[in-house]
Amino acid sequence: MISVIDLQLWQMIAAYVFVLVLMLITKLKGIPREKEILIASVRMTIQLILTGYILVYLFDAPSPLYTILILMIMEIFSVYNIIKRTKTAISPKLKQIIAFSMIIGTVSCLLFFLLVVIQISPWYDPQYFIPIAGMLIGNSMTGISLGVNRLVDGMQKQKYLVEGALMLGATPRTAAKQIVDDAFDSAILPTINSMVGMGIVFLPGMMTGQILSGISPITAIEYQIAVMLGILGSVTLTVILFVQLGYKTFFNEQQQLKI
Amino acid sequence: MFSLNNVRFNNILDIKHLKIPSNKVTCIVGESGSGKSTLLRLLNNLISCDSGEISFNDRPLSTINSVELRRTIVMLPQQPVIFPGTVKDNLLIGLKFAEKPLVDEEKLRQILRMVSLSKELYEDSDKLSGGEKQRLALARVILLDPEVFLLDEPSSALDEETERIIVEMLVAYTKDTNKTLIMVTHSKKVAKDYSDNIIEINQGKVVNYTEDQV
Ligand SMILES: Nc1ncnc2c1ncn2[C@@H]1O[C@H](COP(=O)(O)OP(=O)(O)O)[C@@H](O)[C@H]1O
Ligand SMILES: [Mg+2]
Repeated sequence: MISVIDLQLWQMIAAYVFVLVLMLITKLKGIPREKEILIASVRMTIQLILTGYILVYLFDAPSPLYTILILMIMEIFSVYNIIKRTKTAISPKLKQIIAFSMIIGTVSCLLFFLLVVIQISPWYDPQYFIPIAGMLIGNSMTGISLGVNRLVDGMQKQKYLVEGALMLGATPRTAAKQIVDDAFDSAILPTINSMVGMGIVFLPGMMTGQILSGISPITAIEYQIAVMLGILGSVTLTVILFVQLGYKTFFNEQQQLKI
Repeated sequence: MFSLNNVRFNNILDIKHLKIPSNKVTCIVGESGSGKSTLLRLLNNLISCDSGEISFNDRPLSTINSVELRRTIVMLPQQPVIFPGTVKDNLLIGLKFAEKPLVDEEKLRQILRMVSLSKELYEDSDKLSGGEKQRLALARVILLDPEVFLLDEPSSALDEETERIIVEMLVAYTKDTNKTLIMVTHSKKVAKDYSDNIIEINQGKVVNYTEDQV
């Protein structure tokens, strides 16, 4: 195994010099963002250090309970984040659908990838379970977030087209089809784009991390491929669940538009 | 055919009793803001009344599948709805929405002639004027061949002469095919000249109901 340079504390601090330079530049240019840059950097540092210690602890004493607990925390955080990021107020029913789609979509893909593709044992092995869960959930969160905004926005802006379609005898499904398709496209497009550019335009974060920490690039790439397919599956599934259930909340049982 | 009993909607409409007969031309008149469009939307079950009951052929609207209802009673909104695409796309989209068999271009041209719209089928519908859009939307509704037409000011953006031609065509078509035409119009003269019945609405109430013996 290649030896890995373990970063010392002073080396980490040196990395912060960059941030200070960055803040200085924004200050000189009169861009009022130095506070945000500082807060983001500090937050990232604290969050990662904490996560690091938690992971070390979990890896030392693997337990199905802790793995499930972490999974639940990630799901709750992601659902909360999606709802917080919506640009307009959304109905309680739509919030429930966001949570349902996130949980069903990510958990089913996660289990398939861990148990069938990678075949980890025991099934709760945190070394695999947690980082892969993190990646599937994180990407699905971004996907649904885009989908929610596009769906709500489309329904509001194109309300007259939807209602026009209803007047011509369309079912709610047909009347909303264009908006649902647009929301789906915009939600999965970033994932598709990142797959197309992968390895050429940029090296994905997970692979970079693995290579830097001494793993053979071939192994890192194998994992990257598996994980990317998992992400694609998870994003697609969560978004399909969300848009297919979500558009229905804009209609009532009399097939009338509710907004 | 339609029968309304003690129908209230917000504080916009309050209709004690109203019957609209089938196979007739009924015009709805009244000042702007009196609730004419709201009445049509209620009849099409795009909105439901807060209290009271609306029946179609003796069945309360709430018990009829709304999509089926809207395929029998097609509504033309006051603001014409034009979908992105060509004139042909806009004509055919109605048939697609209503899940009816598509028709050939000759039929489409014939419908355009009916509404006096001399535009090519492949013209971009976004480039049409307001009056042309209105006639395109009307043509799409005629193509659907429903039992009942609910038309909300179908000729408001037209000059007086074109308006006459269109209304005359609509009335003749309804009579020939034994259909029902319910039409909101801003012109009392049009209502008088062409309708069998006139419903006058003022501030959400039916103030006048005239049955012509034609
Ligand atoms: N969706 C709505 N919500 C609340 N008020 C409405 C709505 N639509 C119309 N109104 C109000 O209802 C009244 C009747 O409107 P409308 O039926 O469009 O009248 P008309 O077609 O006779 O001009 C108006 O005062 C209008 O401002
Ligand atoms: Mg009106």
